[in-house]
Amino acid sequence: MSAPTKVKLRVKRQDGPGLSGYWQDFEVPWQPNMNVVSALMEIQKKPATASGQKVTPVVWECACLEEVCGSCTMIINGRVRQSCSAFVDQLAPNGEAIVLAPMTKFPVVRDLVVDRSRMFDDLKRVHAWVTLDGSHALGPGPRQSPESQEEAYPLSRCMTCGCCLEACPQINAASDFVGPAALNQVRLFNLHPSGKMHANERLDTVMGDGGVEGCGKAQNCVEVCPKEIPLVDSIAEVGRQTTKRMILGWLLK
Amino acid sequence: MCAFEWPDFRASLTLRPLSPTPAPTDMASPKPLIRSESGKVRRATVVGGGLAGLMTVIKLCEAGVPVDLFSLVPVKRSHSVCAQGGINASVDTKGEGDSPQVHLEETVYGGDFLANQPPIKGMCDAAPSIVFMLDRMGVPFNRTPEGLLDFRRFGGTLFHRTAFAGATTGQQILYALDEQVRRWETADVEDDKGERVPGEKMVRKFEWWDFLALVLDDGGVCRGIVAQDLKTMAIRAFPGDAVCLATGGCSIVFGRSTNSIINTGTAASAVYQQGACYANGEFIQLHPTAIPGADKLRLISESVRGEGGRIWVPRDPKERRPGRDVPESARDYFLEEKYPGYGNLVPRDIASRELFTKAFHEKRGVYNAQSGKNENEVYLDVTHLPRDVLKKKLAGVLEIYEKFAGEDPFDNPMRVFPAVHYSMGGLWVDFERASTGSVIAGSPRNQATNIPGLYACGEADYQYHGANRLGANSLLSCLWAGMTTGPAIAAFRANMKSSAWDLPASIFDKAEKRATKDFQAILAMDGSENAYALHDELGEVMLVDCTIERNNATLDRVLAKIDEIDQRSRAIGVTDTATGKMNQGAQYVRHLRNMIVLARVIALGARARDESRGAHYKAEFPQRDDGRWLRTTLAFHSRADGAGPDGVRFVREVDYDLHGERVHATDSVDTSLVRPRPRKYETAGTASTAQATHAKP
Repeated sequence: MSAPTKVKLRVKRQDGPGLSGYWQDFEVPWQPNMNVVSALMEIQKKPATASGQKVTPVVWECACLEEVCGSCTMIINGRVRQSCSAFVDQLAPNGEAIVLAPMTKFPVVRDLVVDRSRMFDDLKRVHAWVTLDGSHALGPGPRQSPESQEEAYPLSRCMTCGCCLEACPQINAASDFVGPAALNQVRLFNLHPSGKMHANERLDTVMGDGGVEGCGKAQNCVEVCPKEIPLVDSIAEVGRQTTKRMILGWLLK
Repeated sequence: MCAFEWPDFRASLTLRPLSPTPAPTDMASPKPLIRSESGKVRRATVVGGGLAGLMTVIKLCEAGVPVDLFSLVPVKRSHSVCAQGGINASVDTKGEGDSPQVHLEETVYGGDFLANQPPIKGMCDAAPSIVFMLDRMGVPFNRTPEGLLDFRRFGGTLFHRTAFAGATTGQQILYALDEQVRRWETADVEDDKGERVPGEKMVRKFEWWDFLALVLDDGGVCRGIVAQDLKTMAIRAFPGDAVCLATGGCSIVFGRSTNSIINTGTAASAVYQQGACYANGEFIQLHPTAIPGADKLRLISESVRGEGGRIWVPRDPKERRPGRDVPESARDYFLEEKYPGYGNLVPRDIASRELFTKAFHEKRGVYNAQSGKNENEVYLDVTHLPRDVLKKKLAGVLEIYEKFAGEDPFDNPMRVFPAVHYSMGGLWVDFERASTGSVIAGSPRNQATNIPGLYACGEADYQYHGANRLGANSLLSCLWAGMTTGPAIAAFRANMKSSAWDLPASIFDKAEKRATKDFQAILAMDGSENAYALHDELGEVMLVDCTIERNNATLDRVLAKIDEIDQRSRAIGVTDTATGKMNQGAQYVRHLRNMIVLARVIALGARARDESRGAHYKAEFPQRDDGRWLRTTLAFHSRADGAGPDGVRFVREVDYDLHGERVHATDSVDTSLVRPRPRKYETAGTASTAQATHAKP
């Protein structure tokens, strides 16, 4: 089979926050090993639709291009993922149109760019940090076994990309569920030798409305997480911790 | 432990100046330091939310200084996230006899003696405590069986000196600092009497804001910044009692590189055009091992070689078997042969040139039967290493190879080639030397640019790596520079005669109007050139002719091409004229223009320096020439009169004002701690006077 010469893109566009979306088709020259980001970059150089109509270039967010910063997340052929690691030949082996749309669980800024501030605000809410005495020289940190590092490290790779929130049916306009990403951070910091000194503070933030109880156990999050973080386990673990705290808290009353 | 003296934390809490800088004369009654005379909260400004910027914010907050933090992207997505291999600190967990002194010597030697040595001493002495601090913050560093921090080998040393969190160390450290800054975002500002100021938090974050310009007062003092909200394109001036630029490097000037595409150097270029001195711009690091690619040259960390990865090419240039089927006897481990001591871990400038020579000049890169030629690729091989070790220590980077090269690196040797990676050069910054040979902690001169009130740190500054950076020293230099900048700004601020927050609004209005006019002019551009296509042309000429090997005749052509692109950039047609909402097309025109300015600084610096040193290599001048060139390149912007291209003015001295005192600096390099000698990595242990006691070669 001869190599394709064109890549077809069908892009959902939106001119600004709160406006309605519309679709446009593009065709860009094919290159070997091409990813969706490179295809969008080609539109920047010649911003016109497949039918030749001059348009503004498609707006999207990207930075690292190696799936470690989380910026370029969007819905590609119906699945939420990073566009830097989405390869044209795999998505469209027979030259089909690749369909790009913005994530739906966050407000659209323009075209494929969404505002994920709520995820960063949620990290504030759950106290996703170690309460440090200060950054001055206080000597080595607590010793940790290689096993505990191996447990924490995969949890710590969350890039706040939003895939898990996008896939979660419990994240919707009618719900204030905090979502898998922030709950995973609760588990991570409650594991750390000094972080766990403030475990209860963190648990208290996810025991009420919109907390861990909001999980509907659909398990979509773990399916879409690009870093393969065991999100379902994290939610279950935080659930166990909050239950324990609830019972103990009641007994101590 | 380490001999480094930390800034006196208590002193900085009471906000007394920490340095021997003379107290200003008008300090009869102490001025309020939190609230300005007009009652506003006096904030300092940090631009850039990578490691250096976030560390500066933390240090400022700890010193009681409220901060406005600006970042082009949400800070968690800054380029620091891409750092893979680790961070250096001479903790000597392996009992090899490593020490901060050895770290200093090897950093200086690796940098071919172009770096001032006192700041490096400060950094190396502090490194163990920096890594311990990160550990306390929760960075999941790999561990030894005893539960201590594990360390691995990196380039330019025989010691195990690099702490690491898998192969995503930068990401993990960035996240830890991000978490600490988020904690400060929730902390209330307390005024000078210790009372809570309602509605004011210690950190205000402005993410998705693009830096446009400094606000300079009539005396040339930096009083804040002008920035643009990328969601609405609104332009606004912000007062700041001192500004820190921690905006990273400029590798995107070279088109494709290992860098995030946000690393255009736009902010550093903008302040350079406003009068900041740019130093050693010509020193650009090529990382020897990256995956060739159309959109990006993705990094394969040096840690792969630190853990035993080997570089080779087939002995037979027409070898057709896949890498894994080529028997040992038919492989040429050329780095190990030529450099039996350091082997695959020779510093990056040397390794990159050897790879380039092998593949490009000798045409002995990996043969591709389809194209019928030897590609510009060599093998980086980990297939002989135990899979479980690779998974624990290198998973993050091997995943990137698997994903983007489409081949399993556990079974097949990886195919790699050098790529632009890091700028040793950057904004010129000062330091104040201590009698110990280190820097004076808390001096307002540390990390100060020549524009009063403007500081710089991280890859945006030029200070720590000389002519070539050692691997795993960049995360360290970002953190150390941030730790130095915070107290320096606190000291500077304590001695300010008037706060930016008390200045007449007209100063800020004027700056805002100028920036708005510039942006309007971009929106009105209706020429025939496309900014993205012009950037491709700029990147191509810079990458091919201004990186690994340089030549004066070629550089003259590069400079002519830069002038041509500059000229054509005035005839750009902006691809998007939208106002009131995100407009990347117009923003990009600004970044491109600023890249063109930096390209000229880099190329002219390279043209002028007739020697070879570290990353800068000219075949016509293959030797280092300390007599003529053991000096810092100091560049100032020189605006063209008329229609011609802008120029660069190279100087030998810099003077700047610090609260009415004249500070004088020259281009001579402080080599008072390690005497310059020729670099020779052919023999083990030449990089320092210490001999590794147990280190395996």
